[in-house]
Amino acid sequence: MINVTAAPSIKSREIRVVQDIPISKTLPFWEGLKQGKIRATKCKGCGKIYFPPVADCPQCLTSNMEWVDLGNEATIETFTHVVVRPTTFQHEKPYTVAIGRLKEGVRVLAWLTGFKHSEIKVGMKATLVAKITSEGNPTYEFTRLE
Amino acid sequence: MRKVAVIGVGNSKFGARSDISFAELAFEAFKPSIEDAGISPKDIEFVAVGSAGAGVWCEEFLPAVVSAEYCGLTGAGLVRCEAACASGSAAFATAYWAVASGQAEIALALGVEKMREIDTPTIMEWIGRAGCYLWEFHNFGVTFPAYYALYATAHMARFGTTEEDLALVAVKNHKYASMNPIAHFQSKITVDDVLSSTVVAAPLKLLDCCPVSDGAASIILASEEKVKELRIDTPVWVAGIGYASGTANISRRLDYVGLEATVSASRIAYKMAKVTPDQLDVAVVHDCFTIAEIMAYEDLGFCKKGEGAKLIREGQTEIGGKIPVNVDGGLKAKGHPVGATGCSMIYELTKQLREEAVEKGRQAPMKNYVALAHNVGGTGHYCYVTILRR
Repeated sequence: MINVTAAPSIKSREIRVVQDIPISKTLPFWEGLKQGKIRATKCKGCGKIYFPPVADCPQCLTSNMEWVDLGNEATIETFTHVVVRPTTFQHEKPYTVAIGRLKEGVRVLAWLTGFKHSEIKVGMKATLVAKITSEGNPTYEFTRLE
Repeated sequence: MRKVAVIGVGNSKFGARSDISFAELAFEAFKPSIEDAGISPKDIEFVAVGSAGAGVWCEEFLPAVVSAEYCGLTGAGLVRCEAACASGSAAFATAYWAVASGQAEIALALGVEKMREIDTPTIMEWIGRAGCYLWEFHNFGVTFPAYYALYATAHMARFGTTEEDLALVAVKNHKYASMNPIAHFQSKITVDDVLSSTVVAAPLKLLDCCPVSDGAASIILASEEKVKELRIDTPVWVAGIGYASGTANISRRLDYVGLEATVSASRIAYKMAKVTPDQLDVAVVHDCFTIAEIMAYEDLGFCKKGEGAKLIREGQTEIGGKIPVNVDGGLKAKGHPVGATGCSMIYELTKQLREEAVEKGRQAPMKNYVALAHNVGGTGHYCYVTILRR
C-alpha cells in the first residue's frame, strides 16, 4: 500500500512479538510474591546478597546460592513521576518510580504509591510490599508505612 | 599500536527524515566523507557500522550489509556495533583498532539510525526496555527520560541543582543548534520555554529531552603511512580512546549523581592522550537530557563533583568560557539518531580542530588543538571517551 498523504512511503508487514522469559531459576522469588514475601539470593561463597535475585554469583562465579527474605523498611534514594508513558503502559495513570535502599544493603527499583507528590522526598522512609497487579502479574511496590 | 588519523568526515542532515530510506541516509553522510578524504570506496578495507535499533524501529535487521551495499562497500570486512546510544563511538573505536593494529590501512566508521518510522510511544517502549527489561521495565515501565530523571532528582537533592540550571543547558545547546544547518532544531529557546514545557518524567520536561532523530555520520580513518601517501592536509589524530561500562540494573549503581562509566572511560582516554581536562579546547558531551550534560562536566573533570550547575550558570561552557561544550547543539538540539551520534561527535570535533567550515559564531578558539568526545550508551551502561588532536 502506497501512502501518498505525507511523504510517500510503504507500510511494512505487521508482526506481533511476545517473548517467553524463563524464570525456573528464580521461581522462589515469583512464588514468594504470591505469599507476600520479597526474597533475594545470598551467595554461600562470598555472602553477598543480590536483588534482583540471581542464580549465579558474578563476584565468585559460584551457583551455590540460598534464598533470604528481605525486610520491608526502605529509604527512598531517588524518584520520578512518569507522565509520558510507553505503548504498553498507556492504560496506566501516571506513575511514580523510586529506588529504595533496604537494611540488607540492597536497592530495589519499584513503583511508589500512597503518597501525594508533595510528600515524596529523597531520604524518606517507605514500606516495600508484594502485590498482584491489575493485569494479574506478581510484583512489589513501595508504599506508606503501616 | 600505530598512529591513526581521521582523514574524512561527513554528516547527514539530522531530523525527521521521512524523505529518505535507511540506506539513502547512510549514503548522504558517506559520500561527503569519501570526497573529503579524496579516496574511493574500494580503498576501504574494513567497515564498522554503528546502529542501536535497526530491526526494531526500522525495517532493516542487518543495517551494516544494507548500508555497505548501497555505498559501494560490499566486499570489505564488515561488522555492526551496538553500544546503545554509544553505538557510533563503538564503531569508531572498532575502526580505529582495525587501523591501529596494522590489519587495515583505511577503515570506515559509519553511524546510521532511522528512528522515526514508528510511533513515539513505541519508541519510548523500546528505549525504556534498554537496560534490564525483566526487573525494571516489565512491571515498572521505566522510560528513558525516567531513568535520567532519577539521576536529576538525586543530583538536585544532593547538590541543590535546580530546574532552572537544567534549563540553561537546553538554552545554550539550542543557541548553537540554531547556527548549525544540520541540526534537528533550528530555533533558540528561553529558560521559561523549558520550564513551561510538558512534564515528561518529573523533574524533566519536554525541552530537557533530546529529540528522536533520523541521521547518519561517516568517519574515515587511516594509518600514518596512508596519511602521507594521500597527502592529507590536516589529519586529525586519535590521541586517546577510553571505554567502560555500568551495571544493567540501575538499582546496582553506586549512586545517582554521576556515571561511573564516564569517570573510568575518561581516565583511560586522558592517560592515553597524555592530556588533562584543562588542556581541552572544546568538548562534545552526551547531553541526551539536560541533567546528563551537568553530570558530564563533573564526571569528565571539567569541574568538581556537585559544581556542574555553577559551570553552566557562569557561562563557562559557552564559547569564550573555560571549556566550550556542545557548540554543535549537542544531542539536545542537534538531535540524537542514537547509532549516528558518536560518529557525528567526531565529525564536529574534526571540523572544529581543522578550523574550517564551521559556521560563524560556532568555532571554538583553538590553543592546544585538543578536543574531547564523550558518548554514553544507555544510562551509563556503556561509555566511550575519544580525544582528538590536530
